[in-house]
Amino acid sequence: MIALLLILIPLLSGILTFFIKKESSARTWSLLSAIATFIVAILGFTMFNSIANLSFKASWMGVLNSSFSIGADGMGAMLCMLTALSYPLIFLSTWTTQYNNAKNFLGLMLLSQAGLMGVFLAKDALLFYFFWELALIPVYFICSQWGGERRIKIIFKFFVYTFIGSLLMLVGILYVYSKSNSFDIEAFYKAGSALSVKEQMWAFWLFFLAFAVKMPIFPFHSWQPDTYQQSPTAGTMVLSGIMVKMGVMGLLRWLLPLFPIGSYIWGDTVSTLAVIGIIYASLIAFQQDDMKRLVAYSSIAHVGLMCVAVFAETKTAFDGLLFQMFAHGINILGMWIVVEIIERKFGTSKMSQLGGIAKKAPILTILFYIIALANIALPLTNAFVGEFLMFSGIVSSKITQYGLAFMVAAGSGVILGAAYTLRMAGKVFLGETNALTEKGTDIALHEIVILGIIAVTIIVSGIYPQHLLESFNDITQSILKNSDVLPLLKKH
Amino acid sequence: MNALVLSAIFGVVMMFSGAFLKRIASVKIIGIVCMALLLISNCMEMRGIKLFHFDVSAFMVFDSYALFFNTVAIFATLIFLLLGNTEISKVGNYSAEYYALIFFITAGIILTTSFTSLLTLFLGIEIISIPLYILTGADKKNLKSNEAALKYFLLGSFSTGIMLLGIALIYGSQGTFSIEKMNFTTHLKSNFQIAGMMFLLLSMAFKASVAPMHFWTPDIYDGAPTVFTSFMATIVKVAVFVGFVRLFQGAFGTLDKTWTLWISILIVVTLFIGNITAVFQQSVKRMLAYSSISQAGFMLFAVLINSDAAREGLLIYSIAYSLATIGAFAVLAKMTDYSFEGFNGLAKHQPVLAFTATICLLSLAGIPLTAGFLAKFYMLKAAIATGQYLWLVIFAVIMAAVSAYYYFRVIQAMYFKDGPTNSVQATGLEKLMLIVICILIVIIGMFPNEFLSKLYF
Repeated sequence: MIALLLILIPLLSGILTFFIKKESSARTWSLLSAIATFIVAILGFTMFNSIANLSFKASWMGVLNSSFSIGADGMGAMLCMLTALSYPLIFLSTWTTQYNNAKNFLGLMLLSQAGLMGVFLAKDALLFYFFWELALIPVYFICSQWGGERRIKIIFKFFVYTFIGSLLMLVGILYVYSKSNSFDIEAFYKAGSALSVKEQMWAFWLFFLAFAVKMPIFPFHSWQPDTYQQSPTAGTMVLSGIMVKMGVMGLLRWLLPLFPIGSYIWGDTVSTLAVIGIIYASLIAFQQDDMKRLVAYSSIAHVGLMCVAVFAETKTAFDGLLFQMFAHGINILGMWIVVEIIERKFGTSKMSQLGGIAKKAPILTILFYIIALANIALPLTNAFVGEFLMFSGIVSSKITQYGLAFMVAAGSGVILGAAYTLRMAGKVFLGETNALTEKGTDIALHEIVILGIIAVTIIVSGIYPQHLLESFNDITQSILKNSDVLPLLKKH
Repeated sequence: MNALVLSAIFGVVMMFSGAFLKRIASVKIIGIVCMALLLISNCMEMRGIKLFHFDVSAFMVFDSYALFFNTVAIFATLIFLLLGNTEISKVGNYSAEYYALIFFITAGIILTTSFTSLLTLFLGIEIISIPLYILTGADKKNLKSNEAALKYFLLGSFSTGIMLLGIALIYGSQGTFSIEKMNFTTHLKSNFQIAGMMFLLLSMAFKASVAPMHFWTPDIYDGAPTVFTSFMATIVKVAVFVGFVRLFQGAFGTLDKTWTLWISILIVVTLFIGNITAVFQQSVKRMLAYSSISQAGFMLFAVLINSDAAREGLLIYSIAYSLATIGAFAVLAKMTDYSFEGFNGLAKHQPVLAFTATICLLSLAGIPLTAGFLAKFYMLKAAIATGQYLWLVIFAVIMAAVSAYYYFRVIQAMYFKDGPTNSVQATGLEKLMLIVICILIVIIGMFPNEFLSKLYF
């Protein structure tokens, strides 16, 4: 029931939002709805976390053997929690941003939340595909309508990329379905892993392309920096904070257990692409003058590391990966909020035109530094836990022979990451004030609260990650068990 | 049978109503009521209540598949009349005749979908075509409309001639017109059979506007009055497809080794030409004409694949495609400027029209939660289940992604671009019908169970 509520609350309140005439009441309504979802998520994942509460099954397309089957395992719960936490923060942080027709904007945002929740909870392949697209369409409209100058073409490029990816995934789903005759996830795992080596090898790409575009993995990333730059900040937050995790979750839930042999065979290829992406994106991030583009490229680098960890297939790597999915969502949300505040205050996000903000806005600076340090995975922050576990998992991987090489290459990406993040922090916040930043003021109370929540989350989960890590135990075990390639290889 | 006899009678009634009734409004109402009666009579036959008892078993069979499709076609026509009646009366002074012709076309559709004799198929196709030539030229003062009618007539009669030739050759080799009595296995592939089959393939491909026999489509769809374009691009077209499927899987089913390759080539060519050409169109009307060609490529899957899933897929495709295209054309008919720029900023001053057009276009593009997705899904599922057309399926989905480009161009124009607030007017009934179409599209897309279970009679 809790799982169903997590989808229904944003869905219904989102539809209602379109009919609220007054802008301020639409804003309040959508914020209340997001908070309600958050409370339901908190209660659901702490006090009432019985299996009956967290899963729901109803008949839907009986003739196709597809059912409306949702359920929250450790990964789904964590991602729903991330979504539920992000939306109130997004609404609050863009509270004073002006939108034409704000009610449509907020309604679409809530619809995208419903879609995302559905993606994370779906336990039925067809349902998963439905939500996968449902999450995309509202975001497409949000970004195309309220984005920057060149938005229409750029967002459409993003749309076409993901649409081709998801259509190919649909072919893959249908192919597995032709063997399993049911869309249920367990039947899918069974039918998928029973495919011959050759079939798994190309079916892997049908699925992988959809996820690779969403994450994005080099060389399917070219939509991403432009899209992040041209989207309205709220849209970018959803895209980078949460939608990226759709891809990672897709790999873990709908690829590894489905095609264990295919993943084993292509794992090194994909990891190599991801590592190239890490270094490539980090080098480009160095050259950026626009804060938005810098954050966008740094996101490619972070996601690349997650992808390597997926194909390492060890428990440590998975633990770290899941933790990092949460951490990255929080951190990049914080980064975008700061960028949004700076852009709103000074009218630009170009580093060369900014400087010396620390003198005018000390609280913003302190909070930003906490987020930036988390972004470069300093100890005591959440990202450190995730990245450390991922690295040790990658090195100890028995699946790949090149674990050490991947770790060294990805590690150099982390070092580069530290360099460009600190360079940005220095250029924007330190130094002398100029004509533009002279009149700067510190942030308002609600902004302190939002960034404060993020900073506290960063530090608390960095110091005490144990609780969250334990909740991943079951899911990582089951992914490992389902995607265990050794007995299958013997069989074929 | 009910609907066939009644549609012919209603056609005559409509012709006379034009002579006796002075007010167009009463003609309209009679037409819509007659169409509703037709729908009811057809539903009665589905329930086993037969109003007429003639023995026509040598010529046609009213099996559940044909009856279900006829219900879909008549229902779509009813929606079309409710939505387009003001536009129909704007075309010219002969409203009653237009309605009469539409009823005759409906009779032709019923013949085409339920034939068992090649002669019935020929009759059905002709009864569909001849009123369509007239409707195409209905806008008598418009040069383009006249040109289109003449072109359609010449090319159409040519293809009918080819069809007759094909039927004659088949008759020569088999000695029968009945598709049930044909037996191709005893005569090993004689040249007569193969030639006759290829001629029939060509002419059916022409009628269904399958590339490379599609060249008439854009000109004629463009030239015909928009409201009639929407009729011929949807209901008529899917009816021809049902006949196509019946012909090739019923009569030529045993010869499938000879024609499946040709059909799969036709699918590739149709999808490619339809989609790629649609991308470069400047006029939305021509874009929709090419989009109808590309959708025909998807419908061809039902001809290619001999399975229940594919035949069901064609039914779902017919309803999904008809509803969405009728909706899109209805909005288009309201526009003064048919180019993409003409749609700029429509969402600002006509939010209902823009929203409903968006749902229709999303459905045509095959976005989940719309009927269009389910239709494509069914076709692809049937193709994958055979296990040998995977390359075709991958090609088809890439082409479906291309199609998103031109459908979204209209959505982008309506929502994200600013335009003049020109006077696009729509009556309350039209808006209501558009909303009904959208609700139907979404309901079929979301809860197909109710709809699909009807297929398992």
